[in-house]
Amino acid sequence: MNEDNTPRRKVLWTMAIIVVLVYALIPVIWIISLSLKTPETIGDGRFLPSDWTLHNYSDVFSTGFFTSALRNSIGIALIATLISLAFASMAAYAITRLEFRGKTAILAGSLAISMFPAISIVGGLFDLWRQIGLYDTWLGLILPYLSFSLPISIYILSAFFREIPWDLEKAAQMDGASPMQAFRRVILPLAMPGVFTAGILTFIGAWNDFLFANVLTSTDASRTAPVALAFFRGASQFTDPSGAIAAGAVVVTVPILIMVLIFQRRIVSGLTAGAVKG
Amino acid sequence: MASATTVRPGAGTASAGKKPVLTDRARAERNLAWKLCAPAVILMLLVAGFPIVYAFWLSLQKADLRFPDANEFVGLQNYVSVLTSSTWWQDVGNTLIITVCSVTLELIIGMLIAQAMYRAIFARTPIRASVLVPYGAVTVVAAFAWRLAFDPATGFVVQWFGLDTPPLTTRAGSFFVIIMAEVWKTTPFIALLLLGGLALVPDDLYKAAKMDGASGWQRFTKITLPLIRPALMVAVLFRTLDAFRVYDSVFIMTRGANNTETVSILGYQQLINRLNLGLGSAVSILIFFCVILIALAFTRFLGASPAKR
Repeated sequence: MNEDNTPRRKVLWTMAIIVVLVYALIPVIWIISLSLKTPETIGDGRFLPSDWTLHNYSDVFSTGFFTSALRNSIGIALIATLISLAFASMAAYAITRLEFRGKTAILAGSLAISMFPAISIVGGLFDLWRQIGLYDTWLGLILPYLSFSLPISIYILSAFFREIPWDLEKAAQMDGASPMQAFRRVILPLAMPGVFTAGILTFIGAWNDFLFANVLTSTDASRTAPVALAFFRGASQFTDPSGAIAAGAVVVTVPILIMVLIFQRRIVSGLTAGAVKG
Repeated sequence: MASATTVRPGAGTASAGKKPVLTDRARAERNLAWKLCAPAVILMLLVAGFPIVYAFWLSLQKADLRFPDANEFVGLQNYVSVLTSSTWWQDVGNTLIITVCSVTLELIIGMLIAQAMYRAIFARTPIRASVLVPYGAVTVVAAFAWRLAFDPATGFVVQWFGLDTPPLTTRAGSFFVIIMAEVWKTTPFIALLLLGGLALVPDDLYKAAKMDGASGWQRFTKITLPLIRPALMVAVLFRTLDAFRVYDSVFIMTRGANNTETVSILGYQQLINRLNLGLGSAVSILIFFCVILIALAFTRFLGASPAKR
């Protein structure tokens, strides 16, 4: 775009871009490479495996420890995402479309809550959950995830909903569509990208959490995958768990990475919604 | 949701007539709005608001789960204990080291990446894709990737660079690895926010400045920086608050060993390992106040305002 794209500058920026790519990708390539190493070569100090095996993957799945944690992670993150989307869509719709006092209070309050340090509420939750029986349950994790994803989702969805040409709904009704049809055929398709974006970010946030899961769970009943990895001690006492941890790490990360890469446009717009529009 | 059609005229009357008496339609609209917001608001109040208040109440108690019968109200004594301990101040220092170093590095690298992405005429999509890779990686996984790379028993870094002592056994080395992991994980976020800001700078300004003979650096400091300042400040504010509560990376790398304990790790140790809810809650509330102070400082003195939209 700039006029100063002289050959020398082009080469410089190309090199910069290559550095960026290497910097972004190396740790991920490294953990995949480590997960493929055999127990004999894991300490050889090489970046790429000289001899590769899938042994670590069967290792990490050989104990119920990781498998149940993976199930918990998927279930908890999915449920939290769905509930969060339903509630946040309702709130964002009211905020963008309806006239009422308290609108700004809700937005400001959400913003404040999104900045709460997790450590400040996890202690209170730990004690409360112990007393009312939510400790070490799915719901016990879903609730705090909601409290952090709702503010962000309300913000993202409000930003998206504001861009929807709502008059189209009226136009559709004039053309003979019922209110429900107008909503389903006209408004819903326009709102879906925003909802989808908020959903992806919520899911990633819940999937990524370590502090709440570490404090509020203790058994296979609700322990999530990041916690299981942090406390994985190997399939038996005599094996070094590093290879299996690396394999588990790859299993936890790759699905999210694929999702991020497929939906990168939406994620970027979600991350920058509100922050840049000034 | 079908009520959306009746809403527009209602909104018109509500804003047109600024009478204290609400029309029926405006009242119905307000009721609907509150009904729609209620689930989200109630949830946020119950699961984020209430625990903070409860933590504050706990912080005024002698509340040790190992001695449940010895609970009593002790006023600010827990705060005195925390604020007069060297551990707290040491941990605040450690947290600040990690926060300042990582946010500074993230800004510099983030700006370079944003510029590279902005100028990239070719391969924009693959570049954005690979920049998003660290964002998609789970923090615990990223921390393991870095730890296992620097651990001589599994990694390649010590061998490659012929280091005498494994970095994770020393304080400076541990800080280095923790900060690198944090920077790797969160720079994409900064880069994307900055890229969004860069896209808003009109190209004509650069052309005009160039005609007037401004150098590349001058164009950057005199045009780019002032114009992307809002995006920049918001990015710095978010990341500073985030970095100040750093927990995952430190937990995986050192668990606070080698004098790398951060305030969040301290809170966790008190609450969960020692089950001292009183002292732990005092630490949590102090962290909460630190975060408020940082946010206020940013909004008041540096003009970062995420709320202004």
